[in-house]
Amino acid sequence: MKVKGNVFKYKDNVDTDVIIPARHLTSADPEQLKLHCMEDIDPSFVNKVQTGDIMVAGKNFGCGSSREHAPIAIKASGISLVIASDFARIFYRNAINVGLPIMECPEAAAAIKAGDEVEADFDTGIITDITSGETFTAKPFPEFIKKIIDCGGLVAYTKEKTGGK
Amino acid sequence: MGMTMTQKILAAHAGLQSVRSGELIEAKLDLVLGNDVTTPPAIKVFEDMGADAVFDKDKVCLVPDHFTPNKDIKSAELTKCMRCFARQQEISHYYELGQKEMGIEHVILPDNGIVFPGDLIIGADSHTCTYGALGAFSTGVGSTDLACAMASGSTWFKVPEAIKVVLKGKPSEYVTGKDIILHLIGSIGVDGALYKSLEFTGDGVHHLSMDQRLTICNMAIECGGKNGIFPIDEVTLEYMEKTNKERFIEGRYTSFYPDEDAEYSETIEIDLAKVPLTVALPHLPSNTKPASEVDLPIDQVVIGSCTNGRYEDIKTAAEIFRGRHVKEGIRCIVIPGSQRVYRRALDEGLLAIFDDAGCVISTPTCGPCLGGHMGILAAGERCVSTTNRNFVGRMGHVESEVILAGVPVAAASAITGKVATPFDLK
Ligand code: SF4
Repeated sequence: MKVKGNVFKYKDNVDTDVIIPARHLTSADPEQLKLHCMEDIDPSFVNKVQTGDIMVAGKNFGCGSSREHAPIAIKASGISLVIASDFARIFYRNAINVGLPIMECPEAAAAIKAGDEVEADFDTGIITDITSGETFTAKPFPEFIKKIIDCGGLVAYTKEKTGGK
Repeated sequence: MGMTMTQKILAAHAGLQSVRSGELIEAKLDLVLGNDVTTPPAIKVFEDMGADAVFDKDKVCLVPDHFTPNKDIKSAELTKCMRCFARQQEISHYYELGQKEMGIEHVILPDNGIVFPGDLIIGADSHTCTYGALGAFSTGVGSTDLACAMASGSTWFKVPEAIKVVLKGKPSEYVTGKDIILHLIGSIGVDGALYKSLEFTGDGVHHLSMDQRLTICNMAIECGGKNGIFPIDEVTLEYMEKTNKERFIEGRYTSFYPDEDAEYSETIEIDLAKVPLTVALPHLPSNTKPASEVDLPIDQVVIGSCTNGRYEDIKTAAEIFRGRHVKEGIRCIVIPGSQRVYRRALDEGLLAIFDDAGCVISTPTCGPCLGGHMGILAAGERCVSTTNRNFVGRMGHVESEVILAGVPVAAASAITGKVATPFDLK
């Protein structure tokens, strides 16, 4: 499976408070959450993001409070993949559990620039910066993670696996 | 490349020959745990998902321990939700108040003999990491993970790297597992082992009883660890035989050992003889100091919790209280971690010692550990506690303070009315 889109670039330590400020946690509805995604560090994000776009950031992405709303907000905004040097551990688990694709690749996180057009292949782990022509390799997802993402998250995946029983 | 103990357990449960740190795997679970706080939301996800049966009624363990005996209507409703689910699903390891197997989850699972070496366990509680003491892999997850695991009997993991912790020599008098783990957390910080396994090894291990090891693994999470794990030795074998003779004799467990060339991100050596009686001052478990260097008046002492509510803890406390009295004006709350610990303490006359010393003895419960009930602090109050977290407001008012300590320091503090060690007692 491949995704392609334009890049929104952020720095190290993007915390979950920035991804979705606590004042908006009164709703768990993805449609509501996406209206406020990233608004404290990038107020224009919500208006500019197109379905399929890619988020690229530095180290420790998603640190701070363990709220599941953060990956839900990013996914609902239309982002198809987050590439970072590394992720905070709870965000990592939450992202996969809600079906938001993520890739750890410090080289890509450092080299890719805001606005670049990037393509990523989940089967091979290859990330191509179409704008600069550079390619990077992240660890590809194992089969079951691809299935979790395809199903739209762990709950839907478990439902399918257990036959809704 | 060689594997650590944790990696071997994960590989075996994922049906793989080998795994490497950072790899994502899907693994079968031997036991899935929930409590009265985390299970009700998981039941909702479970039902919304259309699941109608748990994967194995003998492999799900549900323990109402946090707010029980129910402290208010809300907690009664939570417990009721879990109780109904447990009955409907015919969960074998559901425990009701007063049952002899009942108590705080991380005290009773090992003591009831349902945790054995090589097992893979998740629990919707961050201190699920406790069972590494038996050479099992166990770690805490969220309620959604619990729901999915109850339905499918499996979950996914990112294989962790490991820190090797070499314990050398013998601890000095009154120094317990609690001092050792506080000492370690103090030296590496609350994120010193983030996402990693703490793999304990070294000749010092043999000087640690199972209760001490359980205390050490219990607090692996307080330095960010995914799990803590001890090698299997004669102490483990003896414990297994005592807690579940049948499973032990049938050999239904696997002892995993790390490969010689296993990769560790770091090796830490601890000379147990040099570990002092240690306390963690407010408001982080890493804010440690030798107890002898602290001179602070206190209002309350709590002896109990999944960290230090086991038989050995209660016995150690009783020995210090024997013939002594809690300082006037100080409250000392003793909470045996399980019904079995309570009963043994009763049979051996330990509860009478506490009563004579002016302590109050509570029913087994998490109680004040998480600021639930049975000993909440008011503004400005300070408590020496054998629990595992001293975050702001953990035991009550945001302006209250918790100092973490082992049992000997906690008991000595109750007797003197300030942070003290047994050496300060006449
Ligand atoms: S005793 Fe405290 S730390 Fe242990 S399970 Fe209960 S609330 Fe959690």
